[in-house]
Amino acid sequence: MSDIAIAKVLDLKGLPCPMPVVKMSQEIGSVQVGEVIEVHTTDPGSLSDFPAWASTAGQEVITTEQDNGVIKIFVKRLV
Amino acid sequence: MSADFEKQLTELKQKIDTMKPGPENKLSMVIFSGDMDKLLASMIIATGAVAMGMKVVLFFTFWATAALRKPEGQAKGKDLKSKMFGWMLPKGRNKTKLSQMNMAGLGTSMMKDLMKKKNAPSLDQLFDIAGQLGVQIKVCEMSMDLMGFKREEIIDYPNIDFCGVATFLADAKNSSIQLFI
Repeated sequence: MSDIAIAKVLDLKGLPCPMPVVKMSQEIGSVQVGEVIEVHTTDPGSLSDFPAWASTAGQEVITTEQDNGVIKIFVKRLV
Repeated sequence: MSADFEKQLTELKQKIDTMKPGPENKLSMVIFSGDMDKLLASMIIATGAVAMGMKVVLFFTFWATAALRKPEGQAKGKDLKSKMFGWMLPKGRNKTKLSQMNMAGLGTSMMKDLMKKKNAPSLDQLFDIAGQLGVQIKVCEMSMDLMGFKREEIIDYPNIDFCGVATFLADAKNSSIQLFI
């Protein structure tokens, strides 16, 4: 994802449900609208939880990657 | 025809004026159970819901009120039955037990070990996060009275109130999700 400018990297590795989305919702306000946060998590539930969170919170999950057990989720702040 | 149409229009306007707003983006949850596992599930749903941008109100009633007690001893000036309930019910959230496989406490302590190992949030952590996120806790006044709990025995939490069934119903009526656990 080298073509996306990352405003912030959020390391949530080792945190199980519900902490990834809780931390995400707390951190989304720390970047400007239009900027992207790169989230690292090891909770497999995050793969479905982040899109669900984004659709309710009005934000956008651009893409997800998996790399050696680490899930990388790219979240764009829309509102 | 146009007079008829105007009549319908005024009727419609009146209806719109008296219309109430639909349910809020809110979760109202009754927490009835005082079991550790059900409390964990409730608090995970509650903190998750705030993360999803919802307002959350938790109504603690019956057995669940014991989970809101401070771990210290009982308040003074209680009658015998209230004292007995006080002795027998868990003194706070960390003394609650699993609803299944408790096995005289062995199962519960094994579960707590596992949760620590897997880094799962404990009830202490979840209450702490819920408080920070603005989750409201409302405690059933009648359960408090039945179990003989006094207000000074209840934990310090940033957003805690005591109420009756009408408060819950008024909240639940305006909530998009209602749960009973």
